Amino acid sequence: MKILVCITNVPDTTSKISFSDDKKKFNDAGVQFIIGPYDEYALSKAVDIKEKNNATIVVLNVGGPETEPTIRKALAIGADEAIRVNAAPTDAWFVAKQIAAVAKDGGYDLILMGRESIDFNGGVVHGMVAELLGLPSVSPVMKMDLEGTKATMAKEIEGGKEWLEVSLPFVAGCQEPIAEWKIPNMRGIMSARTKPLNVVEPVAVEANVSYDQFSLPAPKGAVKLVDASDPAKLLDLLKNEAKVL
Amino acid sequence: MSILIFAEGVDKSIKKSSLEAVSAGFALAQKLSTEAIAIAIGEYDAAALQELGKAGANKVLHVNVAGYPSAIAYASIIAGAAKEAGASVVLLSKSALGDGIVSRLSVQLNAASATGVLAVPEVSGDTLKVRKSIYTGKAFAELSLTGAVKVISLAKNAVPVKEDGAAATVESKTYPLSDLAGKLVHQKEEKASGDILLTEADIVVSGGRGLKGPENWGMIEELAKILGAATGCSKPVSDLDWRPHHEHVGQTGVKVSPNLYIAVGISGAIQHLAGVSASKVIVVINKDPEAPFFKAADYGIVGDAFEVVPKLIEAAKKL
Repeated sequence: MKILVCITNVPDTTSKISFSDDKKKFNDAGVQFIIGPYDEYALSKAVDIKEKNNATIVVLNVGGPETEPTIRKALAIGADEAIRVNAAPTDAWFVAKQIAAVAKDGGYDLILMGRESIDFNGGVVHGMVAELLGLPSVSPVMKMDLEGTKATMAKEIEGGKEWLEVSLPFVAGCQEPIAEWKIPNMRGIMSARTKPLNVVEPVAVEANVSYDQFSLPAPKGAVKLVDASDPAKLLDLLKNEAKVL
Repeated sequence: MSILIFAEGVDKSIKKSSLEAVSAGFALAQKLSTEAIAIAIGEYDAAALQELGKAGANKVLHVNVAGYPSAIAYASIIAGAAKEAGASVVLLSKSALGDGIVSRLSVQLNAASATGVLAVPEVSGDTLKVRKSIYTGKAFAELSLTGAVKVISLAKNAVPVKEDGAAATVESKTYPLSDLAGKLVHQKEEKASGDILLTEADIVVSGGRGLKGPENWGMIEELAKILGAATGCSKPVSDLDWRPHHEHVGQTGVKVSPNLYIAVGISGAIQHLAGVSASKVIVVINKDPEAPFFKAADYGIVGDAFEVVPKLIEAAKKL
């Protein structure tokens, strides 16, 4: 069994976000980059499958050389080899085309990734990849049981969950609690240094989306405090001042 | 040319978020001097479909197909309708289902796409300019979408629902289903019925670890009921299984954008704030005056939830 896990290289969730003065570039000074949290659930699930079913895990990232520490971490967690598509991940369409190009002749039984990246929050790459490859896709997946070539999954829907069954191969966008995050051990960290990390050049993609400018939310005014003995006052403010009741 | 809007339903009526999308579609159609066509898939009665007219649809395509509603099936139906109507823009509301539809449609229609857009797109020649939230609510981006066709999903509660649209003509339609749709076999569904959907609610009341245990959620539910609100929770609460995961609001949970978000006993970790920052008004009730959530709040009460919330319930009953 061969599993492709696609990961993003994104700012830690506690990062302070800022941009260059011309508002065109993300300011990465002092920012710690991590494997996208949803992608890490996907990777952890792949490691669980590998422990049970003897699978090979290939981890894929679309990014420049600066993403290699993040890729090495994925290898330390349990991926067997890595592919880096040497290009900036400009938008979902570009990334999906790169993943599809890698996956097309790779013979993967399962393609896993996070339900969305936590930088651009698009949530569309898994569906695009599946459509490009002519495969079914499911997202966001919270539980996955493999039985031979069949997978039973629980997927979150608004207000609840649904269960469905699909045969391999397919694409899944993952979220908690599909698997517990794995903490790399010393052996994993040592072996990650020598596991293969292949760099491939991107396929050409015609862009139809451009990011023109970034901005930050306006600073929030001071909180208006209401005395704990008088919650009716709060309702009055919500009704007559904020006009939300 | 036309604007095609996909309307999603719940319990045989059209979701509010989809009426918002139709209203945005109407506004965009005005800008482009074209018509707004809504497409509703599934079982709806005439009254439900007329809601789409009120929200601004000139015409409604009703595709009454039974079966498991997957993004794959919906995308193939919508793609068929978009091609037939010569749609230059397909609009819908942002959700997990919506993401699945946008991704497949953008490949099938060779379209530029954006999800979670915060306002009616601006028109600049053949380009549509949109604004969306990025870094999970910590920043915004302005995007340009080019090409003949665009597929866009709107963030919830971003556009007001138009209520004075004319009666729409309704056409019954069928479109071919993708063969892939049959590969997903639906087994069962577990859904809280009768509750207001967290993602659709105008008001959300959320509880955190400060409530000390699941047995204390009665007052959160009671307050929510009186205010017509949905209930949410923080990540630790869902991790501890005090509440189901679909109520977890935050960075790795549900992102909400209600008019009013009331947080009780939640300290306001940056990951929680990421899920609520799009709320229009935030109220924080916490006994710790140093709780970081107060910095992100519009209104606050420093006090013990077990004393404040019952009083708030009594006051809310008199509204």
